[in-house]
Amino acid sequence: MMREIDADKVAETISGLLQEGCYRLSDDVIHALKLAHEREESPPARHVLGKLLENAEVAARDKVPLCQDTGMAVVFLELGQDVHIVGGDLYKAVQEGTRRATTQGYLRKSVVDRPFSARINTEDNTPAVVHTTIVPGEKLKITALSKGFGSENMSKIAMLPPAKGRSGVIDFVVACVDEAGANPCPPVIVGVGIGGTVEKCMLLAKEALLRRVGDPHPDAEIAELESEILKRINDLGIGAMGYGGRITALAVHVEVFPTHIASLPVAVNLQCHSVRHREAVL
Amino acid sequence: MKNNMPIARAITLPLSDEVLKTLHTGDELLLTGVMYVGRDAAHKRMIETLEAGEALPVDLKGQVIYFMGPTPARPGKAVGSAGPTSSYRMDTYSPRLIAAGLKGMIGKGMRSGVVKKSMKKYKAVYLGAIGGAGALISRSIKKVDVVAYEDLGTEALRRIEVRDFPVTVVNDIYGGDLYQEGRSQYRIADLRR
Repeated sequence: MMREIDADKVAETISGLLQEGCYRLSDDVIHALKLAHEREESPPARHVLGKLLENAEVAARDKVPLCQDTGMAVVFLELGQDVHIVGGDLYKAVQEGTRRATTQGYLRKSVVDRPFSARINTEDNTPAVVHTTIVPGEKLKITALSKGFGSENMSKIAMLPPAKGRSGVIDFVVACVDEAGANPCPPVIVGVGIGGTVEKCMLLAKEALLRRVGDPHPDAEIAELESEILKRINDLGIGAMGYGGRITALAVHVEVFPTHIASLPVAVNLQCHSVRHREAVL
Repeated sequence: MKNNMPIARAITLPLSDEVLKTLHTGDELLLTGVMYVGRDAAHKRMIETLEAGEALPVDLKGQVIYFMGPTPARPGKAVGSAGPTSSYRMDTYSPRLIAAGLKGMIGKGMRSGVVKKSMKKYKAVYLGAIGGAGALISRSIKKVDVVAYEDLGTEALRRIEVRDFPVTVVNDIYGGDLYQEGRSQYRIADLRR
């Protein structure tokens, strides 16, 4: 038996998820910011953290986006193999949802076509970037992420030689955050992918950003790596907005996938505190 | 840097040479008056205009430019979310505008050595606004007018009126740099390597 899901329902759901994410900072991030605010010793950095919490209140109350960079939409679809999408094309529905969120939600039109030349604004934030996986079952899980580019621009990937090992991975991630300095609007969430192929590795880093902020990886060895990288990053002294301080990252999330005998791929996808992803299951 | 936040000082725009002399790295300011708003695409056009030997659509002499592209305003509001964008992307363009008389830039993130040299030479400052606080910042923007390049949408050149617009002095006219000073104060030397 195939379960039917209406394409317009998909569009409407995505529109709602993207808007909600842009106005309302999620509880996990608010909690992490409050902890950082308590722990921060640097007066200017502490001041910034307080203002970011105040900003979240204003954004939710007045329905003004948390940040003027309402990002590029990245939509993850986990499509049950027993689902039949009716009434339209699934990918068109994703684009329609992105379009609706942009116009109905007063989001910024931040996407340009012909990026290497004319850079023509598409006027509705389409196209969204879509990642689909087919899973067992008769449900459709949608995760919609509005990815800001202040942090996206500071992301990096390296195909390390295996000899570099664990310490090579740590050094690469820490150096990436150090070089980014004030640019990605610290405090950041650091998404790290280790393994796979070049494109899989960066996708792991992006997926790492979808985890609840501060939840450690269930695998103890990976969780330990996360906390070691976090400590090293917070020793950099960059602080909130780069004004100097103890808290440069709120969390480090690592995702791992097997790789080839010849390589040790590491990807870093940075995310500012405006972590804007929401999910729904249809 | 002191242990407590300095009390923010009220400053009227545009920035006079006398006021510029009193601004120091780490100072908190509340700006009131008129400033211009432009980011990547508007800067590109302004520089092309100057290269062609033509006049800019607005006179930036003595003015402050805010690197920002807002979200659309809801009905009845002056502006939508309106926080700073990364300033390094304007690094290629800024020295030319500073030489033409621009006195202040507002953004977030680091500037190049070339821009810092221009600021010192021509007595201009770089002020940091809080990235990611676009909803909060929008409340100090009272009026917005597009003055040029309307076709650029969010990237059009705007003139805005602000009241108590909060910024921190990052680079003063004396060569101070808050990012370098702040980081070195809190950096813990890594002895493990």
